[in-house]
Amino acid sequence: MKTPIIKKPNPIHIFFVKKMNLLTNKQRESLTGYAFISIWIVGFLFLTMIPLIESFIYSLNRITIVGGEGIRLTMVGFANYINLFTTDLTFLSRLQDFVLEMILFVPVMNILAIMIAILLNRQFKFRGFFRAIFFLPVIITSGPVIAELLRQGAGTIPSIAESGFLDVLSDLLPDFLNAPLQSLFSQIIFMLWFSGVQVVLYLAGLQKLDQSMYEAAQIDGANVWESFWKITLPSLRPMIVVSSIYTIVTLATFANNPIILWISTVMFNPNFGYGYAAALAWVYFLVIALMLLIATRLISPKEKTYRVVKELEKYKR
Amino acid sequence: MSTIKLHNKKNWKRILFGMKLTDGIAYKFVLYALLIVIGFVYLYPLLHMLTYSFKSLQDLLDPTINVLPSSFYLDNYINAFQVLEYGPLLVETLIVTLVPAILQTLVASLIGYGFARFQFPLKKVWFALLLATYMIPPQVTMIPRYVLFFNLGILETVFSIIIPATFGQGIASAIFVLIFYQFYVMIPKSLDEAAQIDGATRWMIYTKVAIPLSLPSYLTAFLFSFVWYWNETYIMRLFLGNGGETLLIRLNNFVSAYNAILGAGNDYANEAIRMAATLLIIAPLIVSYFILQRLFIEGIDRSGITGE
Repeated sequence: MKTPIIKKPNPIHIFFVKKMNLLTNKQRESLTGYAFISIWIVGFLFLTMIPLIESFIYSLNRITIVGGEGIRLTMVGFANYINLFTTDLTFLSRLQDFVLEMILFVPVMNILAIMIAILLNRQFKFRGFFRAIFFLPVIITSGPVIAELLRQGAGTIPSIAESGFLDVLSDLLPDFLNAPLQSLFSQIIFMLWFSGVQVVLYLAGLQKLDQSMYEAAQIDGANVWESFWKITLPSLRPMIVVSSIYTIVTLATFANNPIILWISTVMFNPNFGYGYAAALAWVYFLVIALMLLIATRLISPKEKTYRVVKELEKYKR
Repeated sequence: MSTIKLHNKKNWKRILFGMKLTDGIAYKFVLYALLIVIGFVYLYPLLHMLTYSFKSLQDLLDPTINVLPSSFYLDNYINAFQVLEYGPLLVETLIVTLVPAILQTLVASLIGYGFARFQFPLKKVWFALLLATYMIPPQVTMIPRYVLFFNLGILETVFSIIIPATFGQGIASAIFVLIFYQFYVMIPKSLDEAAQIDGATRWMIYTKVAIPLSLPSYLTAFLFSFVWYWNETYIMRLFLGNGGETLLIRLNNFVSAYNAILGAGNDYANEAIRMAATLLIIAPLIVSYFILQRLFIEGIDRSGITGE
């Protein structure tokens, strides 16, 4: 027969129990809460916060690697940033392309995702099957796989490229619109591939909408088109914000992103070094933050439309 | 006579367009046509990969062979398997993906529980910072982390991947914390109170009440974590360096690996072989996706970013 093991009370444990008993319930709760998230706080401070500050300091320095013993910093002030904006044409042109692409891709991807979500929200057979197909790319997209596919020309449907449709477009449109449009059509598959999560987000949003709102609108004489603009779209607003943020972050941090490739090239190039790479990363970070800010400002619920939705929700109760 | 004709006409119309917009054949036809076209566009790269991977060199050069290969040519797979060193590299990849994925999931649950179940000062600030970490491009913190890991002597070891995951700073950690947060917020408080009256400590409530309830969340968080670690090459290549290789890094250097292993002289890594290699690498993901598909998709709903 097993004898039950009696634990000797640990003196440290007793100390803590006594201390805990002295606290109020509220204080105790705060302490336990902090205990639970403490591992994140430690990680955040040492692996995100301090590196963030350090990388800013790096960006103000010229960094040389001293063989085997680490790095040496030489303060250069904002020289890295000045160089970046005056001499680094590769970065500037890639940044410009990236910003233009985002202005085009984020709305187009969201519109595609909303359309697919609306399709999937209908009642039909094989719904789960189609949903699974539309989500599949999320699982398999990674830098090298996408690079292989692009190299083989599997990124476009051949008939789009062969139809001469793009040539017609390029004749009609001014140059600055042309480049992003070309890349839009040549990357249509990958835009779809990157919108799997967004489709599921929108689908979840659509399924939470109350059907009685549509019925009420129908009784008031609204047609399908009007109900889409007045009910569906305003109610999806919060989801559009989330999905735009997701789109921007995913595209911006994807391993094949030309800017990210440039940052890593620069990092290991002795002519530029860590300091310069850090400056690039910071500028890139600020650009992304700015884009996120603009996107959320543009889309986030405006008082008026939001009130209509709230009003309708009140009626359904 | 004429009334019957009219009736027939109406009937025909009704079958085609239905009583409302959403029944009737025309609607169904358009719906399925759209779905199939979009589905095809989605699957096109995969189909392309699949058909190409079976093509022999003759097939590739033969202009009359367009889409389908002339025969199922399996040598591509054999060669790709060899060049990728699939067996040993698969084991290595699984070590650097599974371990961080499991740790990240466990820690995310702990953090999510902390945020969901307790009130403490500065909670909102920490939570906002948590969400902000998702938006910081890894390139900003990468270089200092690289230096830090170098100083700690864990660069080019598995620990340089494991340690950020353990402290909730791994790949998309914030999303996983959010998944758990949303789940734990929904568990009724009375459950905790009942356990507390029975003398359970907070830790016991977490391990005995919260964890068993949240097993589905664990599974989705783990799956996504695993997939994202598997697909990550940038951080892996930087931190693992010469200390390790994953299947995807090998795919990136496929041509040089091919030349080194099978010899450059008489043969080269043609598209068909590369497609076979790509397929071999995504195969484990696709298989697990089709087995656990529901968990993946519902995981997005569960993250609560769908707006509760």
